[in-house]
Amino acid sequence: MHMADALVSPAVAGTMYTVSAAAAAYSVKKIKLEDLDSKVPAMGVMGAFVFAAQMINFTIPGTGSSGHLCGGMLLSAILGPCGAFLTMIAILAIQCLLFADGGLLALGCNVWNMAFYGCFIGGALIWRAVAGKKMTRGRIMAASVIGSVVSLQMGAFSVTVETLMSGITELPFAVFAGMMQPIHLAIGLAEGVITASVLMFIHEARPEALYGYSQSGSKGAGRMSRKGLAAVFAAAALIIGSAVSLFASGNPDGLEWSIEKVAGTAELSASGGVHRMAEKVQEVTAALPDYAFKSSDSAAGTSFSGIVGGVAVLAACFFVCMVIKKAGKGKKKKISGSEV
Amino acid sequence: MGKIGDAVSELHKLDMESEQSGWLRELHPLPKLAVTLFFLVLTVSFGKYDLPGLLKMGVYLIVLFVLGDVSLKLLLKRMRAVLVLVCLMGAVNPFFDRTAAFTLGNFVVTGGMLSAATLALKGIYGVSAAYLLIVTTSMGDICYALRRLHVPRMFVTILMLVYRYIIVLLKETERMTDAYALRAPGQRGIARKTWGTFAGQLLLRSMDRAQTVYDSMVLRGYNGNFHLRHKKAAGHSDYAYAFVWGAVLVFIRVI
Repeated sequence: MHMADALVSPAVAGTMYTVSAAAAAYSVKKIKLEDLDSKVPAMGVMGAFVFAAQMINFTIPGTGSSGHLCGGMLLSAILGPCGAFLTMIAILAIQCLLFADGGLLALGCNVWNMAFYGCFIGGALIWRAVAGKKMTRGRIMAASVIGSVVSLQMGAFSVTVETLMSGITELPFAVFAGMMQPIHLAIGLAEGVITASVLMFIHEARPEALYGYSQSGSKGAGRMSRKGLAAVFAAAALIIGSAVSLFASGNPDGLEWSIEKVAGTAELSASGGVHRMAEKVQEVTAALPDYAFKSSDSAAGTSFSGIVGGVAVLAACFFVCMVIKKAGKGKKKKISGSEV
Repeated sequence: MGKIGDAVSELHKLDMESEQSGWLRELHPLPKLAVTLFFLVLTVSFGKYDLPGLLKMGVYLIVLFVLGDVSLKLLLKRMRAVLVLVCLMGAVNPFFDRTAAFTLGNFVVTGGMLSAATLALKGIYGVSAAYLLIVTTSMGDICYALRRLHVPRMFVTILMLVYRYIIVLLKETERMTDAYALRAPGQRGIARKTWGTFAGQLLLRSMDRAQTVYDSMVLRGYNGNFHLRHKKAAGHSDYAYAFVWGAVLVFIRVI
């Protein structure tokens, strides 16, 4: 579900960075309030654990395929939703930088789609509501499966909305959502069962390691207040809603607009011998005048000349760089030669 | 070598690449991070039919690859997964958008084909830009740049620790999966009945390791702050790098 940079527009990327940063800032503040600084090393090591555990292939019986852990849910059950959210951001940032799993610009989207829903919806709401204080094997299984399915469904739906809002795909909304949701339902079920298996083992072997287990009697500890949660949702809804209106403008580009406002025309003409001579040279040498085929005004010429121009710029750039590099190497050889 | 071994080997290669010398690697990390993000923003801002404009943005990548002496081998490997994703997304475009954009001889190039090509190129540019950043800037330097951008200390510490422990835990996971595979020949993956105990054991070991790490850090004076390697302040060449690339990229975007 990692989105690449190619799938987002700057407006969507910026919006999602903003909402994800708001949720991260809330998490940092909450952890500081809970005085969990000592948990920071644990978050680092647990993040590395999730990274490593996601490399393990768990065989799904009867399908011939394999599944992976649902990192957000598992981390939330151990570190709490805020700690898990920050750890997931670190995991996603490293996946993006080191393994090209998701784009750097799309990081805000990926954090929202995978970390936010997994930690705050799956971990904070569903895990607490279903697993509760009296954790049993059945409750852990139900919480993990429901949490994984719901958070993955919401994440997949967000991917659909973000891609469509970015104007990337020609797929209609219904078709795109129809492809994304069922496949993530199956993935969510498998991930939920794997996550539950691990959490049930921990519940039996070391129950105090589960977040909230040892604090089940104390009020408020490790809890996210409903007000806080509502504030995060309200802020997210407000920013997403207002950003929808920012999409694609059909106005002319800034320079042409400015010239037209000042001079009354977008194309300025100049007089004088030098200008006339330059114009003549240009008429003779320009293979694609005015970004079109000679003696043709078709749109084909415009597109074709654009592509030719682009390739020419790249080729020229490559050639110049190679010349500079060779010149630099020659200089280095001369210097080392004189040293000897 | 298995999937985990591949990941460990890739991490080592990236580390070695970023530790090499060269003018690009010696630049301050902040301008490099800023220019990378600026390049990505401008790249994705191109319209879906603007293939010619997008092609020109390749200037940035070509200059850095050639002058920065950056290896292409690792990049091509990283590109596979992203290309599959963007090609899948773009593959449907020619079927839904059949408006003719231009013809090449008898071949009609449709809007859908153009938008699919643009999407693939954006994917390639995105991966390449991130790759250029990570092979010329170590993770420690990126964390330092994040601190300079006022990213909370706590988050930067978590990022550093995750990075530090990935290889340790990947190797531990590899040992466990190898041991399991040797005891269950012919079986693909971990069987259903051992899902919990297998990953659970790894989780418990990680928790114990986390406690040991914390105790050692406290003994060495850890008080909630993680000190990053001191870097010299950005100099004239660093500002020039950011300014020149900013101007060139804006120029390419508006022409």
